Amino acid sequence: MKFALSWLKDYLETDADVAAIAARLNAIGLEVEGIDDPAARLVGFCVARIISAGPHPGADKLQVLSIDAGGPDPLQVVCGAPNARAGLVGVLGLPGAVVPAGGMALKVAAVRGIESHGMMCSAREMGLGDSHEGIIELPADAPVGTAFADYHGADPVFDISITPNRPDCMGVYGIARDLAAAGLGRLKPIAARAVAGTFACPVPIRTDDAKGCPAFYGRVIRGLRNGASPEWLQTRLKSAGQRPISALVDITNYLMLGYGRPAHAYDLAKLSGAVVARRARDGESCTALNGKTYALDSSMTVIADDAGVHDIAGIMGGEHSGCSAETTDVLLEIAYFDPQCIAATGRKLTLTSDARARFERGVDPGFLDTGLDLLTALILEICGGVASEIARAGAFPVAPHRVAYDPALAERLGGVAIAPDEQQRILAALGFTVDDAWAVTAPSWRPDIVGPADIVEEVVRIHGLDRIASVALPRVDGVARPTATPLQKLERRLRRAAAARGANEAVTWSFLPPADAEVFAVADNALWLLANPISEDMKAMRPSLLPGLLRAAARGQARGSGASRLFEIGRRYLRGPGGRSNEALSLALVLTGEKGPRGWASGKAALFDAYDAKAEALALLAEAGAPAENLLVMGEAGAQFHPGQSATLRLGPKVVLARFGMLHPATLRHFDLDGPVAAVELFLDALPARKPAASFARASYAPPALQAVTRDFAFLVSAALPAGDLLRAVRMADKGLIVGARVFDDFRGPGVPEGQKSLALEVTLQPGDKSFAEADLKAIAERIVASAGKLGGVLRG
Amino acid sequence: MDYEGIGTEARERITAAQDLPAVEALRIALLGKAGSISALLKTLGGMSPEARASEGPRIHALREGVTAALTARKDALEGAALEQRLAAERIDLTLPAPLTPRGTVHPVSQVMDELAEIFADLGFAVASGPEIEDDWHNFTALNMPESHPARAMHDTFYLEGETDDHRALLLRTHTSPVQIRSMLADGAPLRIIAPGRVYRSDSDATHTPMFHQIEGLVIDKGIHLGHLKWTLETFLKAFFERDDIVLRLRPSYFPFTEPSVEIDTGYSWQDGRRVVGGSGDAPGHSWMELLGSGMINARVLAAGGLDPDQWQGFAFGVGVDRLAMLKYGMSDLRAFFDGDARWAAHYGFAALDVPTLSAGVGARP
Repeated sequence: MKFALSWLKDYLETDADVAAIAARLNAIGLEVEGIDDPAARLVGFCVARIISAGPHPGADKLQVLSIDAGGPDPLQVVCGAPNARAGLVGVLGLPGAVVPAGGMALKVAAVRGIESHGMMCSAREMGLGDSHEGIIELPADAPVGTAFADYHGADPVFDISITPNRPDCMGVYGIARDLAAAGLGRLKPIAARAVAGTFACPVPIRTDDAKGCPAFYGRVIRGLRNGASPEWLQTRLKSAGQRPISALVDITNYLMLGYGRPAHAYDLAKLSGAVVARRARDGESCTALNGKTYALDSSMTVIADDAGVHDIAGIMGGEHSGCSAETTDVLLEIAYFDPQCIAATGRKLTLTSDARARFERGVDPGFLDTGLDLLTALILEICGGVASEIARAGAFPVAPHRVAYDPALAERLGGVAIAPDEQQRILAALGFTVDDAWAVTAPSWRPDIVGPADIVEEVVRIHGLDRIASVALPRVDGVARPTATPLQKLERRLRRAAAARGANEAVTWSFLPPADAEVFAVADNALWLLANPISEDMKAMRPSLLPGLLRAAARGQARGSGASRLFEIGRRYLRGPGGRSNEALSLALVLTGEKGPRGWASGKAALFDAYDAKAEALALLAEAGAPAENLLVMGEAGAQFHPGQSATLRLGPKVVLARFGMLHPATLRHFDLDGPVAAVELFLDALPARKPAASFARASYAPPALQAVTRDFAFLVSAALPAGDLLRAVRMADKGLIVGARVFDDFRGPGVPEGQKSLALEVTLQPGDKSFAEADLKAIAERIVASAGKLGGVLRG
Repeated sequence: MDYEGIGTEARERITAAQDLPAVEALRIALLGKAGSISALLKTLGGMSPEARASEGPRIHALREGVTAALTARKDALEGAALEQRLAAERIDLTLPAPLTPRGTVHPVSQVMDELAEIFADLGFAVASGPEIEDDWHNFTALNMPESHPARAMHDTFYLEGETDDHRALLLRTHTSPVQIRSMLADGAPLRIIAPGRVYRSDSDATHTPMFHQIEGLVIDKGIHLGHLKWTLETFLKAFFERDDIVLRLRPSYFPFTEPSVEIDTGYSWQDGRRVVGGSGDAPGHSWMELLGSGMINARVLAAGGLDPDQWQGFAFGVGVDRLAMLKYGMSDLRAFFDGDARWAAHYGFAALDVPTLSAGVGARP
């Protein structure tokens, strides 16, 4: 909301300067977003008279002026303006001044060899208009030497942001009231005088919608002339950012901006019959003053006559009955519209207006008569005419709100002690009444006051939040206790583990292009879609973290980056019970490009493969506390993955903890990625919840005294047999003594029959109390061979 | 016998030996089973006790001298060979070592860890809630009924469909619904922070449709605005590791707090960046809006199942991304969500930059 200082001073008697007013506005919750102080821009410019003008020896179009700027000696100034002449009084910019338009800093400088001590300015240069034909010509009696800001009457304009709870401050008068309460001056009473009507209101006025429009007052003014509004009014409106239109429109806007009170004037010639506030009928429409036609329905309050709808009540008037230059008779409307109805209608029509902003926050229901008086008086003064009596339909709708208050609450809630009589003074200055028992009645213009905390806020904000002292929160004894939950600890640990393994953490959007989300959609789990996305590319909530990372990796490739290791920990959005979401914690990792660049020692660049993905998946699952050694490696990683180079890691056949592998070429094509790309996804929500151990102590352990023994075995097995099956079988041969088994060779080719492969295993055996005898080792070896034999494995000689 | 002469001659031959096989051959020739000095030792057996007493030590001295000479020559030859081998094994250590990738933690995660660490010391636990939230938790319970104009300030993303109990679903516009969930789940007293993603339909250089917020909530008996001010001062001093943090409290409006307070902090421009610290009224300083807060509205306490006559408290909400930008000097919020590895390498944090109170909750470059 914008207003000029002079407007504020119409209502507030104060000597405070702009800075003091701004500071106080901020302090009481009327946030100053900007101050446009023309005086600040006009520093260094003064009224000056040209004593003489002579030709410039070096340029035909320039003149050398001798100027009286109020100082003891005349100043020499070079000027190119055609109208520069002896006797002219204009505006001189002195060295050091900054030209408002363009921002040029003036200084003493030679112009074609003649020193110039300033610049005579045009209206455009001063930011006062478009004229650049010549320098400004002021009246001959303008006081030479006076600061131009003072002469011009530069009026600073405040731009403040009004919070939605303060409709009373959506008019300058309300702001003046707050400032006066805060000790910045004296609030002048509203200068309203009742204008008695000289004839009965000829238009019947009615409200048929007691909820939407509980009160509707009106009166007719006849024989007026709707020309341009006077200069002072236009200046006011312009300072508030409003374009002057015509006297009638400007006067209603003046009432709205000055007092927060919207009103409307209808051209009486365009009305027929009774004017009624009622609900619109389904199918009715109204072409509003913005030229757009709005389809109305029965939830919306309108003002209509016999012919149809003339006004979307409280939001925007209709084009048809709007006032024009030909208007001579008007019907004035001042009504109270229900905030909730206005808000709902405005939302439905997506129509915003200054009137709506006020009505939906709640205009003062006690201001109907005063508002109409002010409006009438101004119209009669500016446009002439004669007023009818006032017609009143409906009643003053809101009962004054009374709050039982305890002045001690200010300290209890606000943390600052304020004497009860000071509290009383503040409340009275804001228009509240306080009785002896501290029952506080809010003024009709404060719909936001509902409970004692609201009274505390009023008292404390006017008293000054800067007077609140810091008070330490009570602290528990000793060192602070740990607070993180197991899930939070898991997330932190995995994040740093992934980073420690060389991956960069990314944070990608929760929403995706639906096509990207579809690629990773979970079976039987419809995507969550936004009804009002900011763009189609941000419409579907991600069912996996991979699409966002793949897009990031693709951007990286497009920028020419050789490799990317990107991971993210976050939620994927699935369907949960009750039509709600299941926001499952997951970690995704994408490995693209070169795992290692070509090198003088390593040769060609190495690309990521599925085993890199497996290594990351297992390492991170181990960090997450999963039994990484014992997980099942199974298929069904999903259609997004290469069918032959991907797998799931499961805890038992049903619980999928992770999937990993190379992505399917179709997936790469969709995301514009050059392959191969390895990916990992951990489903952290599938990890079984582990109760934290009761004690910090580990299980007892002493390293075995005897050295472990390794033995190598090579088995011929079917080429189709997964190596993991053979390893598992070998381990099971003696769960006690075999502490490790590892495949170190997978060979197919010469010496190995077609359809078979040779798997070489290194088995680690740990003796217990005494060393292995040859016979012991032989027995274990036999069990290992037998175990492998069950899978068709034949020991190679 | 001229043992000295034999010894001298043997040492000369040893010194002249040019390689290890020659030394070994000499050892066999001199000290082997059939060696010449071994033969001398054998003569001791045939001597008279007197002769043995005089000759024995001389022969033994001869043998020891030759043995030492053999060892010395062997060591010298081995040393020279090793030196030669090592000289041949010289490599160019200006060649690059194998590369190991250096991973990073995102600044948002880092700052969230820092905040959790600071607030843990103040006794705040970390709470969370869903991002796809219903309108009751996001608005109604926070004193924003259906028609409330403040709902419009929130630029809400709605989801298609509704819950089985006919509640509209939306992307939470703030972390405040966690207040309600925590009150309902844990009752009072309560001290929590709730960090997480929030969403508003807004996009420009300083606003992204998704960003991160952290909610703070204290409910107890006798909690007032003075406690709020202390908590925010204490937290900001710890977060920025500066004692000159000055706050300005301004009355404001949030439906879920009453009184509501906007918190500004003083800052100055240094090298083109905002640097938090000092009073905004000091020369060269200004105030910057940092966060919204206030005393929890009685209606919100009631919606959370608490008796407003018994319990009171404060709440605040602050943008995590903004805190990260202010502390670590990023200027473009959109880059946070781009996944650019170059950006990560520059602005990201090492895995071991774990914030701790003893080492400090900030990682300096």
